[in-house]
Amino acid sequence: MAWTGKILRVNLSDGVITSEALNREWAGQYLGQRGLGSKYLIEEIDPNCDALGADNKMIMATGPLTGTMASTGGRYSVITKSPLTGCIACSNSGGFMGNELKNAGWDMVIIEGKSPEPVYLYIENDKAELLPADEIWGTSVWHADEWLHKRHQDSLLRVSAVGRSAEQGCLYSAIINDLHRAAGRSGVGTVMASKNLKAVAVRGTLGVGNLKDPKRFMQAVGEAKKVLADNAVTGQGLPAYGTQVLMNVINELGALPTRNTRDVQFEGANDISGEAMHEPRASDGKPNLTRNAGCFGCTIACGRISTIDKGHFSVAHKPEYWGNSGGLEYEAAWALGADTGVDDLDALTDANFICNEDGVDPISLGATIAAVMELTKLGVLTAEQTGGVAFEFGSAEALTQAAEWVARGEGFGRELAMGSRRLCEKYGHPELSMTVKSQEFPAYDPRGIQGMGLTYATSNRGACHLRSYTVASEVLGIPEKTDPLTTDGKPALVKAFQDATAAVDSAGLCVFATFAWTMEDIAPQIDAACEGDWTVDKLLTVGERIWNMERDFNLRAGIGGDQDSLPQRLLKEAAKTGPAKGLVAGLDKMLPEYYELRGWSADGVPSEATLGRLGLA
Amino acid sequence: MEIELKLFATLGRHLPAAARRNAVHIDIPADSTAYDVIDANGIDREEAFMVVRNGVFRPPEQRAREPLREGDVLAIWPPVAGG
Repeated sequence: MAWTGKILRVNLSDGVITSEALNREWAGQYLGQRGLGSKYLIEEIDPNCDALGADNKMIMATGPLTGTMASTGGRYSVITKSPLTGCIACSNSGGFMGNELKNAGWDMVIIEGKSPEPVYLYIENDKAELLPADEIWGTSVWHADEWLHKRHQDSLLRVSAVGRSAEQGCLYSAIINDLHRAAGRSGVGTVMASKNLKAVAVRGTLGVGNLKDPKRFMQAVGEAKKVLADNAVTGQGLPAYGTQVLMNVINELGALPTRNTRDVQFEGANDISGEAMHEPRASDGKPNLTRNAGCFGCTIACGRISTIDKGHFSVAHKPEYWGNSGGLEYEAAWALGADTGVDDLDALTDANFICNEDGVDPISLGATIAAVMELTKLGVLTAEQTGGVAFEFGSAEALTQAAEWVARGEGFGRELAMGSRRLCEKYGHPELSMTVKSQEFPAYDPRGIQGMGLTYATSNRGACHLRSYTVASEVLGIPEKTDPLTTDGKPALVKAFQDATAAVDSAGLCVFATFAWTMEDIAPQIDAACEGDWTVDKLLTVGERIWNMERDFNLRAGIGGDQDSLPQRLLKEAAKTGPAKGLVAGLDKMLPEYYELRGWSADGVPSEATLGRLGLA
Repeated sequence: MEIELKLFATLGRHLPAAARRNAVHIDIPADSTAYDVIDANGIDREEAFMVVRNGVFRPPEQRAREPLREGDVLAIWPPVAGG
């Protein structure tokens, strides 16, 4: 139970929409959301299909706890083959869309084919139809969102939409829901736009019930909420400072990738930090941060809602940017700030708002701009080649201009929209691309946090911190402190985080809850809601099964162990300052042990015994 | 001897008005420990969740007995996380 038991299948090519029963056997093996959505995708598409062709599919999947009373139970994921990486993509978003889909009665929506004309999908409980989107094609997410609310005369309509960047083929376009929540990584928005699907608008009023043991569920949920409230991190730290509190933490530890990872500490870190967002600015005495915000059902509320100084150069001509929007979160602040060397908080906020408005992954955007800045520093690129703008490290003007270009698919923005791997290859310097499997890595330098090197190298969706956030252990001491500068014990740590995270991502819950919750807090909630016996051991096995299934997809797509690597800079150039001074990322010391722990061959292929043990043979 | 004390997030309220960028240079008695500095600045030891000396995390037992040295940077956070 907890699942609605229904899938909405939308064929954009012929416009046929059908309802079908959820495969209960798979639900018992893959739980929901990331795991179950990936199972469906993998069963239905050729791993070697063109990610931007009609043969690729895109699945919007909720978890069994999405839309329930469980804290943080508002998540949904978009699963598809990524045009950026060629790997399986699964991008997770909060806000209110997941809850709305579930309340409309759907566990997931499978979108296939390609519409001959721009359309949007309108779902109102059992009713689903494709409607013309000509009037909003070529407009931003914010414009489309407003138009859809007016068109349907429904202020409670929930909208997931793509912006102009996706329509123009930017390979790291996001799907934005609720104006500023994003299924952000791996170009899932690009896939959606390639299908001529502008938006999915949902209204659900059916409620979410169908729980296995409602009384026990409410008890388990209540106890788990108390754990979040009593925990200093989830009860106080995250609501007050959000993820952005990490800027100074990671900088002090010498693990803040700076200026395209040339350095590991940024002298301007404090100016773009969570603390700086609280500081009153000179012009109007107001801080950048307006308030915190929570997604559906969340009792943490780590989100940031901010404003830009109206007098700042970036918004002087954009009154539509004088109001509130989401961010900065830590990853965006790092990519748009430290990685580009820009210490102008308002410029970063503007670039982040642009990413919100037109659906751009700020991590990939910032890291690609950083690569262009290094190419400029080396004299490979000149201002003449980059739209007349000098891409010098630290240039807030270049940052905000680049963001606008990419958002609209204009000028040099079309080259930035390729992502750093393709762009750096084009200009003869692939070594300057800070990517794994073509995806830009996030805000932790593996020379200073060694476990993150293995995390990036082995992530099934290309470099990513959310596949195994060992920062929790290596920096924050959750669940126990480990030394960030050593590789010892990290293969087992990474595997444990990967498997547990895959299970959490499949439940409808937010991974940030695990700063306080252990699997012992999560399992009783799932077990009380879902048919079957959901123990901690079973959840970890489900997580391991999902990990191996994703890996198998990538192998069949031609992405194997030879790509479980890191940029040469991290492997060859030692950190210059801080505690990690003199260290490189010790991937070679970790990868063989990791493969062995996984039950994979020396070249990273799951053995028959491993696949058999997990029911994947 | 002089050290640089950095107090972040909600601990910033313990900084003097002269502090800039969450940091202040302070004079402390020789052989002071991290806990000596924490206590002297009115910070609850339990609230000093993450104590980092020259970029390296110091566990509670070392905060109590490890003497600081001239020029050290002592950075302290309450319970925080992110991602």
